[in-house]
Amino acid sequence: MPISKLVGARVKRREDPRLIRGLAHYVDDIQLPNVLHAAILRSPYAHARIRAMRTDQARRHPGVVAVVTGNEIRDQVGCVPVASQNPTLRVPKRYVLAVDKVCFVGEGVVVVVAEDRYAARDALDLIEVDYEPLPVVSDPEKALASGAPVIHPEWPDNVAFRFDLKQGNLAKAFKEAERVVKQRLIHQRLAPIAIEPRGVLARYLPGEDELTLWSSTQIPHILKTQLSVMLKLPENRVRVIAPEVGGGFGSKLNVYAEEGLIGHLAIKLKRPVKWIEGRRENMQGTIHGRGQVGEVEVAVKKDGTILGLQYRVIADIGAYHQLLTPGIPPLTGLMLSGAYKIPALAIEVTGVFTNKVATDAYRGAGRPEATYVIERIIDRVAQELAIDPVKIRQKNFPRPKEFPFKTATGLIYDSGNYQGALNKALRLSGYQGWRGEQRKLREKGRYLGIGLSTYVEICGMGPSAAMPAGGWESGTVRVEPTGKVTVLTGVSPHGQGQETSFAQIVADEFGVPLDDIHVIHGDTAVVPSGIGTFGSRATAVGGTAVFQAAQKVKEKAREIAAHLLESDPEDLVFSESRFSVKGVPKKGVSLQEIALEAHLARNLPKKMEPGLTATSVFEPANFTFPFGAHICIVEVDPETGRIEIRKYVAVDDCGKVINPLLVDGQIHGGIAQGLGQALLEEVVYDEEGQLLTGSLMDYALPKAEDLPRLELARTETPTPVNPLGVKGVGEAGTIGSTPAIVNAVVDALAPFGVTHVDMPLKPEKIWRLCREKKERRAEGAG
Amino acid sequence: MIPAPFDHITPRTLDEAIRALASHGEEAKLLAGGHSLLPMMKLRLARPKLLVDLSRIAELSGIEAERDRIFIGALTTHYRIESSELLKEKCPLLPQTARVIGDVQVRNRGTVGGSLAHADPAADMPAAMLAVGAELLARGPEGERWLKAEDFFLGLMTTALGPSEILTKIRVPVLSGHHGTAYLKVPQKASGFAIVGVAVWLRVERQLCTEIGVGVTGLDAKPFRARRVEERMKGTNLAQSLVQAASSQVTQGVSPLDDIHASAEFRAHLARVYTARAIQEAAKRAGV
Ligand SMILES: Cc1cc2nc3c(=O)[nH]c(=O)nc-3n(C[C@H](O)[C@H](O)[C@H](O)COP(=O)(O)OP(=O)(O)OC[C@H]3O[C@@H](n4cnc5c(N)ncnc54)[C@H](O)[C@@H]3O)c2cc1C
Repeated sequence: MPISKLVGARVKRREDPRLIRGLAHYVDDIQLPNVLHAAILRSPYAHARIRAMRTDQARRHPGVVAVVTGNEIRDQVGCVPVASQNPTLRVPKRYVLAVDKVCFVGEGVVVVVAEDRYAARDALDLIEVDYEPLPVVSDPEKALASGAPVIHPEWPDNVAFRFDLKQGNLAKAFKEAERVVKQRLIHQRLAPIAIEPRGVLARYLPGEDELTLWSSTQIPHILKTQLSVMLKLPENRVRVIAPEVGGGFGSKLNVYAEEGLIGHLAIKLKRPVKWIEGRRENMQGTIHGRGQVGEVEVAVKKDGTILGLQYRVIADIGAYHQLLTPGIPPLTGLMLSGAYKIPALAIEVTGVFTNKVATDAYRGAGRPEATYVIERIIDRVAQELAIDPVKIRQKNFPRPKEFPFKTATGLIYDSGNYQGALNKALRLSGYQGWRGEQRKLREKGRYLGIGLSTYVEICGMGPSAAMPAGGWESGTVRVEPTGKVTVLTGVSPHGQGQETSFAQIVADEFGVPLDDIHVIHGDTAVVPSGIGTFGSRATAVGGTAVFQAAQKVKEKAREIAAHLLESDPEDLVFSESRFSVKGVPKKGVSLQEIALEAHLARNLPKKMEPGLTATSVFEPANFTFPFGAHICIVEVDPETGRIEIRKYVAVDDCGKVINPLLVDGQIHGGIAQGLGQALLEEVVYDEEGQLLTGSLMDYALPKAEDLPRLELARTETPTPVNPLGVKGVGEAGTIGSTPAIVNAVVDALAPFGVTHVDMPLKPEKIWRLCREKKERRAEGAG
Repeated sequence: MIPAPFDHITPRTLDEAIRALASHGEEAKLLAGGHSLLPMMKLRLARPKLLVDLSRIAELSGIEAERDRIFIGALTTHYRIESSELLKEKCPLLPQTARVIGDVQVRNRGTVGGSLAHADPAADMPAAMLAVGAELLARGPEGERWLKAEDFFLGLMTTALGPSEILTKIRVPVLSGHHGTAYLKVPQKASGFAIVGVAVWLRVERQLCTEIGVGVTGLDAKPFRARRVEERMKGTNLAQSLVQAASSQVTQGVSPLDDIHASAEFRAHLARVYTARAIQEAAKRAGV
C-alpha cells in the first residue's frame, strides 16, 4: 500500500481559479460564427386547447429566420423520453412544442429563431395564439376526486402510475401495537434554481453529418443516446458536450424538450442555434422537486419499539413525465425504514397528473421525503409516549454488528454505526445542557426547541439492475509520452469538485504531483462512455473506475519496468513515481520513462500493446448508505412566528473522505437547501394553475443571513461496496437537515400543544398555531 | 428577460431632462438607479419608449446641512445615505433605514429619489421620510414646489408628482434634543422588501415624549404616517402598557395588503407588534 499523501487532505479546488476569475466557459460563453438565437413562446394557460395561431407578423419581423410551431414538427422530432420499468406507468406524449393543447403554464408553444436574441424575443410579442381555456386542476388530491378536470383523456382518473411495496406482517404489527400514531405530511414543491439556468447550443455540419450539442447537463452520455432517438440520427453522429455547468441539483439530470428542439433547428436551418433559458422560464419550465402529500401511520410498543409503518402518498407528477419522474417517489418508499429496524412496512404511491410542470429529481430525490416521514413520525411517537427523542432512536437503531443490515423494503445497508454518529452529535451540541436551558427558558415564557434527525440515505447509484439507464461508470487513465497524466471520467461534475478529488486519487496512486494530472469530463467524443453525475454516485462509482484504471495502468507499467530492468515484476517496488528493484534502489525506471517507452514501443514485452492507458468500468454490487445525525436548536417568538437557529451541529458519515474541504462544502450547501425547504421555499400555484412564485422576488431561497454557523463533524465508516471505501455526500446535507429543523420548531412549540407544522415553517403559520392553541386553552380553562 | 426596444438619453441639466419628459409624455420614463424600473422592463410590464437617464445631472446628488435642515439630492444612493456621517449624527433614522434595504448591490445602485418616486407599497425609505416629516422638492415645466412627504404618497405606486416633474431634493430636519430613532422591518424573505416596516423618531424632555413621528410601510397600499399612534404617545412617559395601547391603533382605518407572503390579518398583527417594538427601541435610544 502506498502511503496516502493527497487522499484525505484538504486540497483546494482546482476548479475555483477559473470560476472566480470569470474564465470558465458555460454554454452561453461558447461563441460560434453565424449562430442563431432561439426564443420560446410559452403557454400562459395551465390547460387550454390551441384553436389557432397567427405567426406571419413574427415571421416578417426583421432578423427573424424561422418560426416553428408544434404541429409543424410533431413528426420530425420524437417525444421527451421517460425512463421507468413500472408496468403501471402511463406516458402521455410530450412533444417538444405543444400540439393542439397545452397542459401547464410555461409549456413551449412556438419557437422563434432570429439573428440575435433581441429580435427573437421581440418577435414573440407578435405571435397571436387563440387559446380555449379548459378546466384546470393543480392540486393532486383534487385531481384524484371524481369529476375532477381530466388532463389526458386516455386516463380520466388522472393517475400517472402506482407503486406498492409491502413486506412483513403489517396486520400483526398493528394488532400488537400498544399505540398507533398517524400524521399527514406535506412535502411542498421546490424549485431547484441552479445559478446557471439551462442552455443549449447546437451545431450541425451537413458535410460530416455530425451534430454537436452543448448543453448545461449532468448526463451528456445519456443525453447523446436519447437525442439520437429523438432526432432520428445515428448515435455515432451525435456528440454532446457539457461545458462548465453552473449547478444542477438534479434539474439537469434530464432530457428536455428544448434539447431536442434546438438540435432539430440546427439541422434544419444548417446554422448553429443557441437557446439560453431565463430565470422565469427556469421556474416555469424546468422540473420541480418533491411534491408529495402523504399519511404515515406507525404501530409502536409503549417503550417506543417500532413494529410496523405504513405510508400512503400522492405524488404530484405535473402534466407530463420527465426522464426520472416516476422513479422518484419509489425511492421514498425504499428508504422509509430510515435508520431503524422496522419489521413490517407498506408503501402505496399514487402518481397523479396535475396542470403543472413535471416533478423530478431535486437534490435528495425521494430520500428527503423518506427521511422527513420517518424522522417526523418518530418524534411524534416520542412526544406521545413522553420518551426522549434520543432514546427512542437508540432503541430502534440496528447495532453496528448487525451490518450488512437488511431492511423490510429489501435494501441491504452496507455499513453503519448510527449510534456512534448520534453520540458524537450529542456531545458536540451539548444536548443535555440545552434540555436544561429549555426548561429554564420555558418558565420565563421563551420557547427553545431541540430537534434531531438521524438519517440514512441511499447513494452511489447504483447496481445497473436497479437503475433505469445503467449504474456503472467508466474511467480512463492515460500516461502521456511526456509523463503527464490524463484522466477521463464518465461522470459529469458541475460543482462537486472531482477535477480535484479524482486527481488526488490518481496522484497518490502514481506518486506524481497534482499539477501533472488533468481530469476531462463531459464530452462524449472524448470520454468513451459514461452515465453521469447524480445520486451522489460520482466518487463512489466514477472515482472507483478511475482508481481501478490507474491500478491497471500501474500493473502494465510494472510489466514494462520489469522488462526494461530485466527483473521479475514481483521483485519491483514502486515509490515516488518510480519502479526499482527491491533492495537495489538505484536500479529503477520512472513512470515517465516507462510511458515514453510504451509510446515509442521499441522495447516492450512480447505481445504487449503499445501505450500506457487503461479504461475501467466499475459496476457496483450494491448502493452505499451514508448516514449521520443532525441536531438543531431554535428559539421561536410566538408573537411574530420568527424562528432563530441558535445552534446547528451535523455529524455526517460518508465513508472514507478523499477531500474534507469538498465534503464540508457539500454538507454546507446541502444544509442550506434543506433549511430552505424547512423554513422558506415553496412553489405556489393557484387554483387556475398560475405560478405565483415565478421569480426570485417571490420564491424565497435561503440567503447567507438565513444560515446559522454550521458546526460540522464526521465519523468514518468505510463501505465494503467499493475499494475506496467512499459512500457519497452530495445530498446528505439536504436529507439530514430538513427534519432536524422542523423537529426543533415543533419541540419549541410543545408547550402550546403543537404536534406538527407543515413546511415551510413560515412565521404566519407559527403565529396562527400558537394563537389558536392559546385560545383553545383559554376556552378550556374558562 | 429582454426589455422591449427603447431609446436612452443622458441630459446634463435638469431643464433638459424636464423638456424631454414634457415632449414625450407617457412614453418617457426617468431612469435613476434602475433597480425598480429595469426589472419591470425586462418582464415587459413597463415599456417606455425613452429612458431619460438622470445619472449625469450633478446637482441631483449629495447630502448637505444648512442650519437645522439637511438636503439630500434625489440621486443619492441608499449606500451614501447609509454611510453618511452627517446623517448618522443629525438624522440617524435615514441611515438606519437605508442599511436594511435589499443587499449591497441594491444599495449601491438604488437611489432615494427613485425609491420615493416609485412608491412601492413595501419600500423602506418612505416610512423613514414620513416619520421625520421630510419635504420633497419637485421641479417641472412650471417650476418648483415643495411637497410634504405625507401629501406625496397617493396610493399604490402613485405619487403627487406630475408627469413631467422630477423629484430633485429631499429636505429633512436635524433631530435635536434628547431623541431616539428606530426602523424595524419584517422582510419578505424572497425580495427583502418590507412585509411591514415601522420607522419612529421621538423627542424626550424630562422623561416625557414631546414629539414623535411614526411612518409605516408594507401594511397598506401606500406608506402612511400613523397619526393616531403619535397622538396617543405624545405627552406620555412611554411606559410599556401605553406603547402597547397606542400601537394597537396603527391599523385603524387601514386596509392591509394580502398576498402569498402574509395575509391581511397577519400584516395587521405584525404592524401592531412592530410599532410597539420600534417605539420602545427609539425610547431606549432616547434614554428612557
Ligand atoms: C433585488 C432587489 C431588492 C430590493 N430590496 C429592496 C428593499 O428591501 N427595500 C426597498 O425599499 N427597496 C428595495 N429594492 C428597490 C430599490 O431600493 C430600488 O432601487 C428603488 O426602490 C428605486 O430606486 P432606483 O434609483 O433604482 O429607481 P429606478 O428604478 O431608476 O426608478 C424607479 C421609478 O422611479 C422613477 N424615478 C426615479 N428617479 C426619479 C426622480 N428623481 N424623480 C421622479 N421620478 C423618478 C422612475 O422613472 C421609475 O418609474 C430592491 C430592488 C431589487 C432589485
